[in-house]
Amino acid sequence: MTLLQLEKVSRRYPIGNTVFGSRKSLTAVDQVSLEVKKGQTTGVVGESGCGKSTTGRLALGLEQADSGHVLFEGKELAASGTREWRLRRQRMQLVYQDTLAALDRRMTVGDLIAEPLVIHEIGDRPSRRQRVLDLLQAVGLGEHHRALYPHQLSGGQRQRVVLARALAPSPSLLVCDEPVSALDVSVQAQIVNLLVDLQQDLGLGILFISHDLRVVRHVSDRIVVMYLGQVVEDGRADAVIDQPLHPYTQALVSAMPRLPGGFDHYLPLPGEPPSPTERPSGCPFHPRCDRAKDICRQTPPELLTLGPERRVACHLVSNP
Amino acid sequence: MTSLLPYIGPKLLRAALSIIVVVTLTFFVLRASGDPALQILGPGARAPDLAAFRQQWGLDQPLYVQYLRYLWGALQGDFGNSMLAGKPAAELVLERMPLTLALMLPALALNVLIGIPVGAYAAMHRDSWIDRSVMMLTVLCFTVPSFVLGLLFILIFSVTFGLFPSGGADKWQSFVLPVLTLGTGGAAVIARFTRSAMIEVLSQLYIVAASAKGVTWRQVIYHHAFPNAIIPILTLLGLMLGGQVAGAVLVENVFGWPGIGQLLVISVGNRDLAVVQVILLLVALTMTSANLTMDLLYGVVDPRLRNARQGSH
Amino acid sequence: MQKKLQIDLSTLLASLWLCLMLLTAVTAPLIAPHDITAMDLRHRLSPPFGFGGTVVHLFGSDDLGRDVASRLYYSIRTSLLIAFGATVISVLVGTAIGFIAAYFKGIVEHFLLLLIDVQASLPFLIVALAMLAFFGNSLPLFVALMGLYGWERNARLARGLALAAGSQGYAGATRQLGAHPLRIYLRHILPNSAATLLVAATVTFPEIILVESGLSFLGLGVQPPMTSLGVMVGTGREYITRAPWMLLAPSIVIVLTAVAVSVLGDYLRDKLDPTLT
Ligand code: SF4
Repeated sequence: MTLLQLEKVSRRYPIGNTVFGSRKSLTAVDQVSLEVKKGQTTGVVGESGCGKSTTGRLALGLEQADSGHVLFEGKELAASGTREWRLRRQRMQLVYQDTLAALDRRMTVGDLIAEPLVIHEIGDRPSRRQRVLDLLQAVGLGEHHRALYPHQLSGGQRQRVVLARALAPSPSLLVCDEPVSALDVSVQAQIVNLLVDLQQDLGLGILFISHDLRVVRHVSDRIVVMYLGQVVEDGRADAVIDQPLHPYTQALVSAMPRLPGGFDHYLPLPGEPPSPTERPSGCPFHPRCDRAKDICRQTPPELLTLGPERRVACHLVSNP
Repeated sequence: MTSLLPYIGPKLLRAALSIIVVVTLTFFVLRASGDPALQILGPGARAPDLAAFRQQWGLDQPLYVQYLRYLWGALQGDFGNSMLAGKPAAELVLERMPLTLALMLPALALNVLIGIPVGAYAAMHRDSWIDRSVMMLTVLCFTVPSFVLGLLFILIFSVTFGLFPSGGADKWQSFVLPVLTLGTGGAAVIARFTRSAMIEVLSQLYIVAASAKGVTWRQVIYHHAFPNAIIPILTLLGLMLGGQVAGAVLVENVFGWPGIGQLLVISVGNRDLAVVQVILLLVALTMTSANLTMDLLYGVVDPRLRNARQGSH
Repeated sequence: MQKKLQIDLSTLLASLWLCLMLLTAVTAPLIAPHDITAMDLRHRLSPPFGFGGTVVHLFGSDDLGRDVASRLYYSIRTSLLIAFGATVISVLVGTAIGFIAAYFKGIVEHFLLLLIDVQASLPFLIVALAMLAFFGNSLPLFVALMGLYGWERNARLARGLALAAGSQGYAGATRQLGAHPLRIYLRHILPNSAATLLVAATVTFPEIILVESGLSFLGLGVQPPMTSLGVMVGTGREYITRAPWMLLAPSIVIVLTAVAVSVLGDYLRDKLDPTLT
């Protein structure tokens, strides 16, 4: 069952002086379509600046799309800031990367986790207290953590608190924006495993955003690859990892260390990811693609549907 | 070459808006503060007289009509009559303008003529006992409120030594104490600022001077350190203007100086609103145009800044 | 760490002086030997003790034989009380406006920023004088007027703090939870900004004392029979030749307070919040 659906969603930001200057804009997210099913994880992967975080914020309605539709549990999201929008927060929650910034440093862990319950008027004082204890346990923390302040915790523990806080109102969708990138590799694994466990227990749908294909692969049922605001490839996780079709995906996959069954040769990704302000003509990836043809420089490739759950945007596939 | 217009345009607009806000606020506050007819004719006025008065001055019109009329009048320099003097308020204020300027301009000159050399000297003799004591003195000078300073000057120079008159504006001697009072605080601020600006420039220039043969220390200071420090000092002067204006009001009252500041206090005491409003507008105009000039100066002198500011918004 | 404990001599003296002022203000009714309006007609214009005066009037007496010392203590009390009330108002008003600007953005923010600009471009003394002319003078009104002092600075500061807390940090996170904006501002941003706003208040407070004394000196602030430092300077100036102590006593207090505040203000700015202007 589809929990979250993005249909050709675009987001543009005006740049430059809006009063006297020209009204230029950059397109952060360009016609992105993706979906998250109930109890499943959709991973979004791409380099920084590819629009994956904006996609996450659009999915939550934290930002308003300029065009396209965001459907959550079959309904279009209400405008940001309205009462209806606020009520909807119970069902969809965000997990942050920068946990130190995201947690009010003047509140205890217990108060932080209870806050969503207070906001949405769920339960009374004793029941909230019990719920906080349950949540602490669920994310692998103990009762003694309740009275601590965020800065007294390690990064991994803080990420658990953020997770508990997000889970408090019993959401059906979690958007995890680089949830482990700030953590040590060993802690990363713990958190990722916790997420997988919780998902199974609670039947959560997760939109998992990361630049790290390794982590994405570990948690995702489906993977969406983004480049310069566009989806360049998506499909079932194993299909995308085992048979990447887009040269960009291939480069990402080949860059994954020690992947069993991975590519024998490492395809280097030359150059830095281009900035969205200077979008190349034709295929956005062509300046860095070693297989670019003439057509790539002129015509942007369409996102071609190959199978029921497989799409790719590359002239190699559409005009071989 | 980048045009100056995109840089100065928004600032000009902002300045104009500021003035409009001041004018508008004054108008509405003026109306809110009470019925002008009652205020002028007094509480004992008879109803027909009040009605006639209102009709005569257009007070029976809707508020926006009154506002537009007021704006139109203001544009033509008509701000109404002073209740006290029975003369046009603008005339009354402008009459006193020369005396206030005669106080403020020399004080401004004093700021610069004392502040910069003292600050520069202190910078060049950094951490000497002179530097330290001068800096301590400047703290005293700019923190003491001008009306206290003025009275202390009177106590010392007029009462005790009888050197200068303690009030009036008739002899040249009368100028000495007010100008000194008004100029001292600003001079202290400028001295401190010049010192730190110079120290910064000097620390950068030291190496240059050492490596460039044939260039004397003195030349370095006159040709590099000063020009580099002068623009921030000018800006500071612009920023200090507000304090100077407020200082002038107090100083004029301390010394019984018949300038605009004294007029303001008298008018406030008598609630002579037309006059107060003209003075308020005059100050607003002076301040915004001063700020604008400073911005313009900055833009002309330092094109980098102008582009940076544009880009950052 | 070590640096934080270092307090130089001038800062120490400045704090001591301000503590003394605070103590005087609080205990004025206890330490004042006379009522501030009590006239001692036998000792009119009596010089301070040690300058040919009596112990009865330590700092001398004024034209009506009122005790300068007692009046001085009460003046400090009045000035500090007014400044305290006004500072509270200034910080509250400024914070509210700053938060409103940060929250509403768009046209509201532009309008408020314009107001801030206008206020910043006008000397406060002039604005205060105009308001007094428009609305007349009474003590509550006067305190409210003084409370307008520095609102634009506090508003700017509060807006900056709110924007910083904004979309990325805990405020954005709480908003994302579905919290009402009021909750975000009052329960999260305000407590987190309190420290910085308090530092700003310590700068505003003494400045208000000086503005108040200036206005009272002009006869447009605190009205007799109440007395404040400015009122005392104002009356003292009439007797500058015959009874300079009437002028000097409040003047010295004002000067020392002003200097102490500037020294302490520099110290606070350095130590607590280097970003504060
Ligand atoms: S369309 Fe061309 S440039 Fe783009 S990825 Fe495919 S081959 Fe490379």
